[in-house]
Amino acid sequence: MVSAVFHAPRESASEATKTIANSVLSTGAKTSQPTNPPTPKPARDWAALSRSFWLTVLPPVLGLGLLVGLWALVSASTGRSIPTPHEAWLQALEVFSNPFYRNGPNDQGVGWNVLASLQRVAVGFGLAALVGIPAGFVIGRFAFLSRMFNPLISLLRPVSPLAWLPIGLLVFKGANPAAIWTIFICSIWPMVINTAVGVQRVPQDYMNVARVLNLSEWKIATKILFPAVLPYMLTGVRLAVGTAWLVIVAAEMLTGGVGIGFWVWDEWNNLNVKNIIIAIFVIGIVGLLLEYALVKLATAFTFEEVKS
Amino acid sequence: MNASLTTKFIEVQGVAQTFKTAKGLFPALRDIHLTIAKGEFVALIGHSGCGKSTLLNLIAGLTTPTHGALLCANKEISGPGPERAVVFQNHSLLPWLTCFDNVHLAVERVFGKTESKAQLLARTDAALALVGLTHAAQKRPGEISGGMKQRVGIARALCMEPQVLLMDEPFGALDALTRAKLQDELLEIVARTHSTVVMVTHDVDEAVLLSDKIVMMTNGPAATIGEVLHVDLPRPRKRVELAEDPRYVHCRKAVIDFLYTRQGHVEKAA
Repeated sequence: MVSAVFHAPRESASEATKTIANSVLSTGAKTSQPTNPPTPKPARDWAALSRSFWLTVLPPVLGLGLLVGLWALVSASTGRSIPTPHEAWLQALEVFSNPFYRNGPNDQGVGWNVLASLQRVAVGFGLAALVGIPAGFVIGRFAFLSRMFNPLISLLRPVSPLAWLPIGLLVFKGANPAAIWTIFICSIWPMVINTAVGVQRVPQDYMNVARVLNLSEWKIATKILFPAVLPYMLTGVRLAVGTAWLVIVAAEMLTGGVGIGFWVWDEWNNLNVKNIIIAIFVIGIVGLLLEYALVKLATAFTFEEVKS
Repeated sequence: MNASLTTKFIEVQGVAQTFKTAKGLFPALRDIHLTIAKGEFVALIGHSGCGKSTLLNLIAGLTTPTHGALLCANKEISGPGPERAVVFQNHSLLPWLTCFDNVHLAVERVFGKTESKAQLLARTDAALALVGLTHAAQKRPGEISGGMKQRVGIARALCMEPQVLLMDEPFGALDALTRAKLQDELLEIVARTHSTVVMVTHDVDEAVLLSDKIVMMTNGPAATIGEVLHVDLPRPRKRVELAEDPRYVHCRKAVIDFLYTRQGHVEKAA
């Protein structure tokens, strides 16, 4: 699947930019105008159609053009030590023609590297969600625990994730668990904090309903807290996945093995700058897809704020 | 039930409430004495900020008084409970549940241990039918009008078969026509269920039309009960006939006189 997306990096990048532009447009549109431009009759309103077409397609294309232009300029001014967009494109075609080859542990296709990174992120992030979300719930629900853990969170949260890597290496005695540990520790904080804040911000009205009905703690959790906190929680999840994807690249540069971060470092050692540029695009696009999927998930679960 | 319970179902004994604010202590209520008989409809009326809702929250048990005590059926009110159902000012429906589920949550809580599933569903249906919302049962609160939401809130409170129904400006946010319709419905429901009702309002006509007793509160801070007016209008009451009834006009005048002549300095003070 990954290979299919990456066969043509320039096209997929423009696709991706379009999705950003669309999501930005649609979020902006919520306040100003309906998301779907109203097409009242199948009347041949070609002017409006072409106008909206250019408004959605032209800006991202221009943005991408700007990037490629700047890149070409930098490439020319550095005497080609940075490859030109065209060279990178040709190289990308080659790299993506066979993304899943294996020539020993240190020479594997880009597909395998991305999958290895995604797997680490999934495990580390999954564990963090498993611990962080329930922790956020109890910290938000009970003031005592909130006072107990807030200083700890404030102290540990600003620590650069990579500072945890040596601890992981020491405790788990292996590069892979250490990288997963790093992902875990950096992606747990947004989930704990957002969930806790969400629980604390559950409208007092809803809690009064719970008190008048004298609901059990279980009913409060499932019928009131969970649905009310879900949007906050998903924001935490989104931030966490974003951080995790940022950190995995750095962690893999240090730990080695298979992974997109390691691939970047390996290509640097080979002085293969074209592949580094391709890796940058791959990292960006995968991060974007992760973000996009989670935004979709979040909007699906966000309830309309009810105003009296 | 003995006689003292019938006349003194809810007792508020020398209650004072002081809030801690950023500027120091704020005395909201002082020296409140009030008894409410079983089946009585009591309206709390007063200018904004006079502590009407504070008193209602105290009876609901959502807050505890700084001084004094509150009794319901000879037991001290120590916290909220389903026997004292509250209709909140802003309806407070859970937006992720359908109207049916919002009501059913309350039904389940009160009768879930003693009745079968079918009985519980029937109770929920009955409560929604009582407020005329059977057709909207499967809609979420976001999909219905303000008046309908408020009716779901009333259905949720009534379905618990509470001993006391506490209403905090239940019709305050509605337009005049919807409000009149819901007032008539409430009159009918209360006549049928013989509920004890305490309602906070700032609408003089609403107070006179609905209540047996109007508790008029002085202006805050440190508000207290200024006067209690007994409304001796016969029931069932019809708003059109009452409009020219001299007794109605007299009650209305008494409340207006209290609010605007004797407690009318609220704007200057605030």
